[in-house]
Amino acid sequence: MLQTALPTLKNKEELKELIDSSEKAVVCCGRMGPMCIPVYDILEVYREKYPDIQFRNMDFDTTDAAAIKSLPECRTFQGLPFTVYYRNGKVVKATSSIQTAKQIKDIISEVLA
Amino acid sequence: MTKTTHPFDLIILGAGPAGLAAAIYAARASLATLVIDESSPGGQVKTTHQVANYPGFIEAIPGYELAGNMRKQAERFGTKFELAAEIAAIDLAGREKWVKVDDVTYTTKYVIIATGSSPRLLDVPGEQEYKGQGISYCATCDGEFYKDKEVLVVGGGNSAMEESLLLLQFVKSITVIHQFDTLQAEKITADKIKANPKVDILWSHEPRKFDKKDDKMLTVVENLKTKELITLERDGVFIFAGMVPNTSLFKNTPLQLSEQGYIITNEKMETNLEGVYAVGDVRVKKYRQITIAVSDGTIAALEIIQKN
Repeated sequence: MLQTALPTLKNKEELKELIDSSEKAVVCCGRMGPMCIPVYDILEVYREKYPDIQFRNMDFDTTDAAAIKSLPECRTFQGLPFTVYYRNGKVVKATSSIQTAKQIKDIISEVLA
Repeated sequence: MTKTTHPFDLIILGAGPAGLAAAIYAARASLATLVIDESSPGGQVKTTHQVANYPGFIEAIPGYELAGNMRKQAERFGTKFELAAEIAAIDLAGREKWVKVDDVTYTTKYVIIATGSSPRLLDVPGEQEYKGQGISYCATCDGEFYKDKEVLVVGGGNSAMEESLLLLQFVKSITVIHQFDTLQAEKITADKIKANPKVDILWSHEPRKFDKKDDKMLTVVENLKTKELITLERDGVFIFAGMVPNTSLFKNTPLQLSEQGYIITNEKMETNLEGVYAVGDVRVKKYRQITIAVSDGTIAALEIIQKN
């Protein structure tokens, strides 16, 4: 179970609803480890800095996390967390492993500006 | 155009336990206190699974929870935070110091540097490109992706060997690449690794390049004695090459650093620059523990409080 301030998607239906209803969304799929926690926290800070983007996390160990894991963009990923950026319902970027605030900010500028 | 904010009595760079302890004391003494961090509060504590040796907690407390409590305590006394912040420029030399974050400039008479340390990157071609796609820095996080596979571990200190013990629960084999002829880890851990039949060690070698071929990682390593280069093909690479102080921001300032890049201070946490203090893992010290970081932060804050 994820214990963070970031809202958690509980199942694939919530993920679908988020993607369908939001122009811009970022979903970080992970656990509560040293590579995941920093990313959740940065996304939590960015909720205020980017109010037009929906930020969520998802528990990597739930069955419905397959909706993220099975994405073609995540096929070669071998590092937690998997962070996926959606725009108008489509994946525009995905990253594996820990990301710094600057790296996430640069991706947002690149694909969600 | 730069927007200048109202000045703060104290700016703390870094929101780990050293910085947060300083913030708690300073804010409680009614100093207008700003904490700036390039990430989120907590430093290394927030990613520590369980903290069992912090006084006052009979049962181990999750590091994430301890870090969160420290932050809330600092906020409760009025500390302001600027988080996930990229510091564009900094001037510590004058009587009035300033820190520029995006298009905002913060000014103050006192700065506490609490930027801590980070895992050392090898700075080798391919390291960043394949991060999370063959290269990892965490056995707990990523070990299961390598179940029954063959991996390299770069490093020979305590972290490398403890993480290797974790990896052995998953992998088929580990080849340790180490720059020296002996392991720097504690003997008990080093002996367990050396005795394990799934482990072999390549002494006096360093990685020079990472590449990927299909699903395999190719690592070019150099024999430091003969200069011979060989290429090792494995399923993944785990890098545990120690920690480095986060002082690159101060490269072009007159701040005095040790040869290894740690900040030199006296017992009052004062640096060579008037009004600038350094606390926690970023400063020269023998032991790096949460309790010591908190102590450093407290001392620096009390020194500054006395001057105000």
